Amino acid sequence: MSAPSTESYPATWKPPGLIANPLMQRGVVALTVLYILWSIGSLEIDWSRIAQGFDRAGNLFGRMFPPSFERWELLLKGFRESLQMALAASFFGMVLAIPVGLCAARNLAPRPVYLVARGIIVITRTFHEVIIAIIFVKIFGFGPLAGVLTLIVASVSFISKMLAEDIENMTPGAMEAVRATGASFPKFLIYAITPQIMPRYLGLSIYRLDANIRHSTVVGIVGAGGIGQVLQASFNRYDYDFSLAILISIVALVFIGEFFSAWIRGRLR
Amino acid sequence: MLTITDLTKQYPTGLKALHGISLTVDEPQVVAIIGPSGAGKSTLIRCVNRLVEPTSGSVLLDGTDITKLGRGPLRRARRRMGMIFQEYNLVDRLTVMENLLSGRLGYVGFWRAFRRNYPAADVQAAYALLDRVGLHGYENTRADALSGGQRQRVGIGRALMQQPDLLLVDEPTASLDPKTSRQIMRIIVELAHERGTPALLNIHDVPLARSHADRIIGLTAGAIVFDGKPDDLNEAVLTEIYGEEDWSKTVGRDDDDDGGGNAAPGRSGRPGDLDSAAVAG
Ligand SMILES: Nc1ncnc2c1ncn2[C@@H]1O[C@H](COP(=O)(O)OP(=O)(O)OP(=O)(O)O)[C@@H](O)[C@H]1O
Ligand SMILES: [Mg+2]
Repeated sequence: MSAPSTESYPATWKPPGLIANPLMQRGVVALTVLYILWSIGSLEIDWSRIAQGFDRAGNLFGRMFPPSFERWELLLKGFRESLQMALAASFFGMVLAIPVGLCAARNLAPRPVYLVARGIIVITRTFHEVIIAIIFVKIFGFGPLAGVLTLIVASVSFISKMLAEDIENMTPGAMEAVRATGASFPKFLIYAITPQIMPRYLGLSIYRLDANIRHSTVVGIVGAGGIGQVLQASFNRYDYDFSLAILISIVALVFIGEFFSAWIRGRLR
Repeated sequence: MLTITDLTKQYPTGLKALHGISLTVDEPQVVAIIGPSGAGKSTLIRCVNRLVEPTSGSVLLDGTDITKLGRGPLRRARRRMGMIFQEYNLVDRLTVMENLLSGRLGYVGFWRAFRRNYPAADVQAAYALLDRVGLHGYENTRADALSGGQRQRVGIGRALMQQPDLLLVDEPTASLDPKTSRQIMRIIVELAHERGTPALLNIHDVPLARSHADRIIGLTAGAIVFDGKPDDLNEAVLTEIYGEEDWSKTVGRDDDDDGGGNAAPGRSGRPGDLDSAAVAG
């Protein structure tokens, strides 16, 4: 059997472009070029300030070296505080994220509850940790309490959002089947939902612990306790060699945290 | 046992999926519901346990009107209705045993369920069913490590763990090969007969329905157009249910398969199985 002749059909085919209309296509290209030119023009590069900056940077780095670990007790105290903040925030964040996450899943929660939970998540995600930390410092004063609260808010917001999205993406089949057995809502949760999201929940929580270690160093800068506050103080006193010692230690801590988190998450799969 | 009266369902999209269905099942029989895609078979079955809310009409199960029940009573009614799904709908990350025991969720308390500490009778019933559906030794296997046929066996076990007064079965074999389909169908029908449990069973495979069901209901565009014995299902009736088509091959007596009660997964079937099942579109 020979294949039927195909000669009368077109011999070339091109995929349709993203923008079908050629005029529109050129217009988009022209606009992009204009935008790039405008962006470069609006930079207002002031070369004398840049030159001064180089000077000051040289000065700063010169005074940073060699790093001074002389006040290691202060350093250690700051780190202990940061670590405690991160651990406490991760724990409370994990726990609080469960109810918020469940309420923020469209396929579980009644409409009003869903909207409230989503609202909380959106609002807390809108503001950067530093802004939340500033607010908490205003309310509770300087120190680690403001830092822990900041990190708890950020953790709940992050974990519950991911959790809710996971629950929404679950195939409805198993949920339907467990419902059809006549299970009450709590039993439905532990049989149809928990097993499916547990590995992901643990993974997210570990990831968040790692992120909290990093962020605990940042929120201190606005006075919310931990190593960040020590760092800020050292800059203010021009103890740049101590600042460098702190920065090096932060890098080491974050590195360890990242490694640890990757290791655990690898084992969860 | 089950009396459905004037059941209608209109989806929020405005589509009327059921136009006043009435039917009675008053003996423990397997009722196969056949009909073209979109006829409303799944809608009908789901209205019975209210996974889909009926728009009007009543569903009486042993005298209780399911459509009027509040949340608590509905849960208690649901545990008397075992459901088997086309896509098996097991909880993937749970073991076979946990999936089976989840059929008891309506009966045990929260902490027992949470700690997987089920009454001895439930555990024994689960082991017995595991054996009965041909999955002896699979209790600790995770559901996502099973083949389709094996999953459906677990799905059947879960439904029967409820010791239901009614089985609702939605296309149990549609995702399975012809031979496994037959085995699954036989397990369901045998168990229903053994336990005296009536079953409503949606199925596309007409020969399989003819050979295994006690009664056949033909559903077209949300209305019952045939209700009778499998032997009364002739070309004219099939044309009424599905529309004009050459039905001569489908109506020809379907060879039943090897009939034994044993349904071990590894058993080989006769080559004839493939031919007779392939006819159903
Ligand atoms: N959730 C829904 N929302 C809106 N319309 C729906 C919904 N579910 C089903 N329908 C519609 O209701 C009609 C009946 O659907 P149903 O699933 O009951 O058919 P079926 O007989 O089970 O079909 P199949 O054999 O393909 O499973 C179809 O027209 C379908 O599009
Ligand atoms: Mg269907």
